[in-house]
Amino acid sequence: MALDHLWDRAAVLAIVNALKHQPGALMPILRRIQDDLGWVPPASMPLIAEELNLSRAEVHGVVSFYHDFRHAPPGRNVVRLCRAESCQAIGAAALADHARKRLGIDFNVTSADGAFSLEAVYCLGNCACSPAAVINGELLGRVTPARFDDAIARLERR
Amino acid sequence: MSSTAAPTVYVPCDSSALSLGAEAVARAITAEAARRNLNLKLIRNGSRGLYWLEPMVEVATPRGRVAYGPITTGDVPSLFETNFLAGHAHPFALGPTEEIPLLKRQQRLTFARVGVTDPVSLDDYLAHGGYRGLARALGMSSGEIVQEVTASNLRGRGGAAFPAGIKWKTTLDQTSKQKYVVCNADEGDSGTFSDRMIMEGDPFVLIEGMTIAAVAVGASEGYIYLRSEYPDALRTLTAAIDTATRAGYLGAEVCGSGKPFHLEIRVGAGAYICGEETAMLESIEGKRGVIRFKPPLPAIAGLFGQPTVVNNVITLASVPAILNGGGKAYNEYGVGRSRGTIPLQLAGNVRRPGLFELPFGLSLRDLIYDFGGGTASGRPLRAVQVGGPLGAYFPDSMLDLAIDYEAIAGAGGLLGHGGVVVFDDTTDLARMARYAMEFCALESCGKCTPCRIGSTRGVEVIDRIIANSERSANVELLRDLCDTMTAGSLCALGGLTPLPVLSALKYFPQDFGLPSVKGASIG
Repeated sequence: MALDHLWDRAAVLAIVNALKHQPGALMPILRRIQDDLGWVPPASMPLIAEELNLSRAEVHGVVSFYHDFRHAPPGRNVVRLCRAESCQAIGAAALADHARKRLGIDFNVTSADGAFSLEAVYCLGNCACSPAAVINGELLGRVTPARFDDAIARLERR
Repeated sequence: MSSTAAPTVYVPCDSSALSLGAEAVARAITAEAARRNLNLKLIRNGSRGLYWLEPMVEVATPRGRVAYGPITTGDVPSLFETNFLAGHAHPFALGPTEEIPLLKRQQRLTFARVGVTDPVSLDDYLAHGGYRGLARALGMSSGEIVQEVTASNLRGRGGAAFPAGIKWKTTLDQTSKQKYVVCNADEGDSGTFSDRMIMEGDPFVLIEGMTIAAVAVGASEGYIYLRSEYPDALRTLTAAIDTATRAGYLGAEVCGSGKPFHLEIRVGAGAYICGEETAMLESIEGKRGVIRFKPPLPAIAGLFGQPTVVNNVITLASVPAILNGGGKAYNEYGVGRSRGTIPLQLAGNVRRPGLFELPFGLSLRDLIYDFGGGTASGRPLRAVQVGGPLGAYFPDSMLDLAIDYEAIAGAGGLLGHGGVVVFDDTTDLARMARYAMEFCALESCGKCTPCRIGSTRGVEVIDRIIANSERSANVELLRDLCDTMTAGSLCALGGLTPLPVLSALKYFPQDFGLPSVKGASIG
């Protein structure tokens, strides 16, 4: 794959070896790879399968099942907007439209310059402060388009 | 506390409070105190759940804690100007915290310590009645503990409302050497956040509840399956488990009883279906979160094929109070077959969103108007979704329904995990019905065809209804499809997605381009 040069085989192997000796090890391993690398490189799956004595199909099946596991590296900034009911009840749809325009990308897309990824998420447990968003891991509540723009502008100034 | 001691200030570390700037407020208070050469002790507590007042700052005074909120960093200098450290008046002063009317009206059993204590302080937990339930349980036989839970009539707060005592008894009766206690902390329903608040605000109560369950059924290992969307809960729980283990409340021997209990957290990966208990067990085993056929029940053959108690966070967090105060006392609260209290979570388009722990039996109207203050937009309320994405949409005319498992089920809905989401009159219920199908398609595990494929067909059929393409034929098709999903799906996702869809169609037909009905009412 074209993205193969972007991942560190030794790092993945170290994670697998650190976590493989526990029941149900595949999920904690994939979780850690996702958290550390920001994605689960498809080319790492045969390596994980071999180390855990699983088939490649089993590993691929698990990776592709869970929404969190990205198949490609994300942008430098990750913007996640909640699109579930509570947030919809108080402006999430308008915020989503605004975010698409502001960032110039649709959901589940990374901008061509690699600056932003826009992702949908279904409930952040911040429903009492809807609409909610997570920008680079920071949870935001009562997000108006203006507040969204402030947060994005701060990132662009960096 | 002596009068010369540094005053204690509380600023929540709850993630919703943080999402409104609580971290910056805490930093500003520390900085302002330093600038004024004042000593103060800053404690990061959980949230009281009154989110319209967050970030809410509290100060300990000789007459008890007093509150100020909502506070922004810009308000911090004026708090010091008016001497809030002595509890003095301020435009944002709320008076003694415990006297705030909407807090005082609650019956906090499960949430007794949330917002009061430092979540990661075991000393604080012990000083506020923590681990008394476990102490009592350790002096009882397994059967007696289970009997106490049975007597409380505690039912599963995750949504299924199955009696916890019966579940525990089933696992206790199994003879396997290895048993498990699994806590379902995959709180995925929109409009719910009570699990998160417990885990961030009083993690020891969950640990204690799980330990009591383990002692009762003879389990030596426990897992908390936590959704990945809750990183703050993960940090708090991890710290609390480490502390409890070091203090001997977890590990090879629980409080010197000779009974081991090891507790571990497993973090999910963004799959709503893993909140279904069998899909969750598959996920902990490292597999796709595909649901299992029942029987066998997890209580008999659950995690790794062994007998497993699976309970929701709130169910387990209610157990210490039940063991401490007695099952009978807990059972005194509530109505009908819904006994005890439930942390209701009010969200969406509502003026005062938050968590209110109350005995069962309050009407939806009282919750939404007395507690919630009506819509945030000030526009008329159009619909209320009760019980998360799989719950029914009710019109304003049905709000006299009591918050009680049987009453809501009798009206064609479900109480679920206790979330209530308010929508104003700008809401198009046909679009919400479409979203319910879309969400089901996105989150279906794929095992049952009616759910996997029916949900996608459902989106298409609703699109055709909205576009007025053979409308009446497609409405009939939608009902038929919902029938198939209800009858032909193994779990609640496919089986209950028709609830929001059909309730939207029933009570808001005009949104689908159909003639409106007059006088929709309970029943």
